[in-house]
Amino acid sequence: MSTEYSLFMNDPDSVCEKQGEQMKTQQQLETIRRETLAVIGLRRAQAIIDGTTGTIAANGLSHIMVCAGTGCASSNSAAIIDEFNQQIVKHGLADRIAIVKCGCLGLCAQGPVVIIYPENCLYKMVQVADVAEIVEKHLLNGQPVQRIFGGHLDETEHPTEITKFFSNQMRVALKNCGLINPENIDEYIAFDGYKALAKALFAMTPAAVIEEISASGLRGRGGGGFPTGRKWQFAANSSASEKFVLCNADEGDPGAFMDRSVLEGDPHALIEAMILAGYAIGAHQGYVYVRIEYPIALERLSLAILQAKNYGLLGDNIMGSGFAFNLGIRLGAGAFVCGEETALIASIEGQRGTPRPRPPFPAIKGLWQKPTLINNVETYANIASIILRGSQWYSAFGTETSKGTKVFAVGGKINNTGLVEIPMGTTLREIIFDIGGGIPNGKQFKAAQTGGPSGGCIPAALLDTPMDYDSLIAIGSMMGSGGLIVMDEDTCMVDIAKFFLEFTVEESCGKCPPCRIGIKRMLEILERITNGEGKAGDIESLQELAEVIKSTSLCGLGQTAPNPVLSTLRFFRDEYEQHINDRKCVAKVCKQLINYRIIAETCKKCGLCAKFCPVGAISGDRERGYLIDTHKCVKCGVCIGKCPPKAIEIN
Amino acid sequence: MSCCCKNTYDERKARLIEIAKNYKSTKGSLIAVLHEAQELYGYLPVEAQEIISEHYGVPMTEIYGVITFYGQFSLKEKGKYRISVCMGTACYVKGSGPLLDKFKEKLGINVGDCTPDKKFSLEACRCIGACGLAPVLTINKDVHGRLEPKDVDRILALYE
Repeated sequence: MSTEYSLFMNDPDSVCEKQGEQMKTQQQLETIRRETLAVIGLRRAQAIIDGTTGTIAANGLSHIMVCAGTGCASSNSAAIIDEFNQQIVKHGLADRIAIVKCGCLGLCAQGPVVIIYPENCLYKMVQVADVAEIVEKHLLNGQPVQRIFGGHLDETEHPTEITKFFSNQMRVALKNCGLINPENIDEYIAFDGYKALAKALFAMTPAAVIEEISASGLRGRGGGGFPTGRKWQFAANSSASEKFVLCNADEGDPGAFMDRSVLEGDPHALIEAMILAGYAIGAHQGYVYVRIEYPIALERLSLAILQAKNYGLLGDNIMGSGFAFNLGIRLGAGAFVCGEETALIASIEGQRGTPRPRPPFPAIKGLWQKPTLINNVETYANIASIILRGSQWYSAFGTETSKGTKVFAVGGKINNTGLVEIPMGTTLREIIFDIGGGIPNGKQFKAAQTGGPSGGCIPAALLDTPMDYDSLIAIGSMMGSGGLIVMDEDTCMVDIAKFFLEFTVEESCGKCPPCRIGIKRMLEILERITNGEGKAGDIESLQELAEVIKSTSLCGLGQTAPNPVLSTLRFFRDEYEQHINDRKCVAKVCKQLINYRIIAETCKKCGLCAKFCPVGAISGDRERGYLIDTHKCVKCGVCIGKCPPKAIEIN
Repeated sequence: MSCCCKNTYDERKARLIEIAKNYKSTKGSLIAVLHEAQELYGYLPVEAQEIISEHYGVPMTEIYGVITFYGQFSLKEKGKYRISVCMGTACYVKGSGPLLDKFKEKLGINVGDCTPDKKFSLEACRCIGACGLAPVLTINKDVHGRLEPKDVDRILALYE
């Protein structure tokens, strides 16, 4: 049997050829692994993976990895791939250089990103026009194109902002993202893919699998932080003949995109883990619930499932072990509450995604009233490594109660927007300043928000907080799914709290009154405050409502919705007071509380502001100068953009 | 709606009946049927709901309940170009609010509405995960990133 490896398996024709292939045995998978590794092993440079080294083929071969994650794809990385292909044909390099589209490398701010192996060099913000130069200078003459050169990722002596972004990370869940072609199952197999599954099916009992997961200390990465092994044990305890394994890929937390990255960059890691979970709890059917907003992820996951079926890794007799497991995809339709597990189950059943009271927990009565295990994508992405390398290896990372690594989606006012995976317990300061490259434009760090609409903010004074489940809870925030939004001095904390409440009001399913009515009342108070109509007692009302909503809401959405308000009140109470008492917004965000003024001394009397003001609020002439009528002014900011000497200020 | 393409309408109807029947035996597939119907019609008009009700076999009330629950489903017609401004947190702190306001002002419509000539419709959408490009918006399948309100004219001109 031929297992000839093709780098071009992403072209639909070769996928079709693969259809109808026979089930692969463990030995046959081993052969695929060996043969594929001989080709792609040259990518296994040390820096961004977890300490393991592979064989490096030093025979003049190169692999050019072009990021095709959502961020880079939005900056047209597909055209870059085409251009590379044309250039290498033009230079007669097609037999030595492979252009590979890969998943997200995490450095989204500098996209489109290209990595060249085996030298492990990164190019940033690559444009189609740069491609010819990269081929001629770098590939043919060994000279980096300095203009867009991001650095040698293996080089540690002269770290740059970009090499530090990678070298301070530790990748387990994202280990293959950016390293393999996610549309090619053989590449996943080459880097030890489906090896954990083989180990479990042939050498471990289901109980031993659960034992290993429990011993690793892995906790749910979707937000709750419940011990994963215990969840698996509950589902395994039931003697029902039919059970389900679900994956929550309804990543609704705004600003968090690690689950999408796994789906786009390493979909087989999820599939392998779900089969392992099925084996451990005795389930034979799984569903992945994916949000519709992720078209690329959906496409790659569908393809991966098809490839796994063709290799007999999904189906009735996996690797000849006799174990059966099938996997389907269910689409979300844009409802944040469906990230809550009972709501997610209702949505998979085709209903309105409203949560129901627990108990009974899904492990007892879940999908179609059968015992059901639900984990989040990132949780699953850790499973195969734990089974393969052992719980002790995994639990060596992290803190006493938060083991392993966590992926954070770092965004907002930070230089290196993107995905970072770090051992639990790394401080916020390290994430923002060492890995994230600090705050742009010389601005001051003000706060970071973790946990999205369910979480809270961390002020500058607490920058040394270790990022783990318990430390974050202790300061009134939470891990959530790992969204981390950085805010600088231009962000108004009252406005941010209002922003999150607008989100939860919109996304509340309406089933329970504390959430449906209570959050709305809180939002109305915040709207008054930001409109300059705050009054004494508002802060106390907010606090009282928050406590009632937290303790009486039906599900996690309502129980955590007041957190952004409570947390900003805790650390930035003075801002609330300034809004209410002094009618002042120091960040100059709340429009009703600011005024525009022309500084007469700086004004050159050119009249551009008056010409462009959309509401005619600026009067005067070139002799006497200009004035803004604050009653007419709508604070749109057009005049500031037009004024050549920057003579317009905001008070 | 007065429309000259009667045939297209009948073809859509036949296609939707087929979709509804195909899914009928799959437990819990109403959301999938609605996704396909919306793909076909661009939104979910009453006639589409009636076809689904009849051929998939669920009451109209249940269909309406599901449609109005999920943000992705629309009962209103969309424009030829659907502008969705991302309101995820990363985009918000980088100024997607003023960006959205500028679109409202330029197009003279509110979020959820469509221009009278059916050319543009405007939506505020949930995080699309392109936070590295914040603030970001999509117009149909095109993604535009790192925008400021002053870019609005330039973007709209691309779709003239």
